[in-house]
Amino acid sequence: MLNFIDTVAEAVAGIKDGSTVMIGGFGNAGQPFELIDALMDCGAKDLTVVNNNAGQGDQGLALLIKEGRVRKMICSFPRQSDSWHFDAKFHAGEIELELVPQGNLAERIRAAGAGIGGFFTPTGYGTTLAEGKETRIIDGRGQVFETPIHADVALIKALKADGKGNLVYRKTARNFGPIMAAAAKHTIVQVSEIVPTGSLDPENVVTPGIYVNSVVRVDSAASETLSSNGKVA
Amino acid sequence: MGTQTSIQTSEKPLGRDELAQLVARDIAPGSFVNLGIGQPTLVSNYLTEEQNITLHTENGMLGMGPAAVGDEVDGDLINAGKIPVTELPGASYFHHADSFAIMRGGHLDICVLGAFQVSATGDLANWHTGAPDAIPAVGGAMDLATGAKDVFVMMTLLTREGVSKLVEQCTYPLTGVGCVTRVYTDKAVFLTGPEGVTVRETFGCTFEEIQELVPLPLKKA
Repeated sequence: MLNFIDTVAEAVAGIKDGSTVMIGGFGNAGQPFELIDALMDCGAKDLTVVNNNAGQGDQGLALLIKEGRVRKMICSFPRQSDSWHFDAKFHAGEIELELVPQGNLAERIRAAGAGIGGFFTPTGYGTTLAEGKETRIIDGRGQVFETPIHADVALIKALKADGKGNLVYRKTARNFGPIMAAAAKHTIVQVSEIVPTGSLDPENVVTPGIYVNSVVRVDSAASETLSSNGKVA
Repeated sequence: MGTQTSIQTSEKPLGRDELAQLVARDIAPGSFVNLGIGQPTLVSNYLTEEQNITLHTENGMLGMGPAAVGDEVDGDLINAGKIPVTELPGASYFHHADSFAIMRGGHLDICVLGAFQVSATGDLANWHTGAPDAIPAVGGAMDLATGAKDVFVMMTLLTREGVSKLVEQCTYPLTGVGCVTRVYTDKAVFLTGPEGVTVRETFGCTFEEIQELVPLPLKKA
């Protein structure tokens, strides 16, 4: 069921305590800042958050972590020069970390959306991140068994949605968007523009609307400059 | 490289830029390449148009151009180091699972990475010092180490304390097993593989002097 929603607050209102929430973005590119802020305001707590990083500076995911709303992070790269809120919680033992190599993170998310029960990958074989995991030698190569990462909710950002919820992204802001949209039970997308159904070339649709549940338009400075055509429906 | 009588190809150890230039020169024309964060990024400064190299960045792009300046800066167009970059004609974008499939699937010809240590059999340690209080962060390091057909490492041969980073066995936590094929250092280029470590060329020192520094048996190219 696809809904077009007026505000980010309404879009995230159904997120319950204890949910697993995937959040798109790599660096600031593709980060749904407004949806994350709304998640902050809605009060949901005890969250497991799946993101490539663990928050930067004093915004978005970093604030959710600071306020103690995140029980567990599943990510590939939590330590950054400005990840001080995560660092503090981690050293205080107040947040759990599941560290996953970036490609395994992406493939585990993809597997969830694709209904795959798990897969063997050479990435991580022979390292501490494979400890306790099943391994096999396949075609002469050591491989590690990895399982899918499912989520209750995905918060992602795209450039445009049409009336069917079909999405197109912009440049490297695409990153985790398409696979998180497929992996979550309920996918909430913030877009810079909602265009009339039929105005996106079907050949160029990146995320088919079947994966999308809620669309909310957000005026985003980064995306504003590039919306070169099309009117808001 | 070098002459018949000596593998010493430079009077002095190489600086960071000279080393980057050497790596760039060794990349075969038409290659698909991923340059890791830090020193390997310098390699892009020395790739020529004639080489026709396509750069991959793991956050989801092939055909990455130079760093963006001034009006070119676009928050939606960044590299794996989160630095604004540009796109070249013929560039393509894809999602993260596709991007790492490109890597893991063996489609990239060369990946250039930094390292804390490389072992005699090409094991790589470059993601974690193992310090108990350090927050572990791996990013794409293990995927990069595992996927490309050739993994080149760029590093200084010695630590600040003068200890060789080319070692019999890595003491830091591993990033990948038996994955490194070449090691470019300020003092020498090493080829690593199942048959052991071969010194391809040296800079500002002799083969014998390199053998003195490195605690494992070396072969001469």
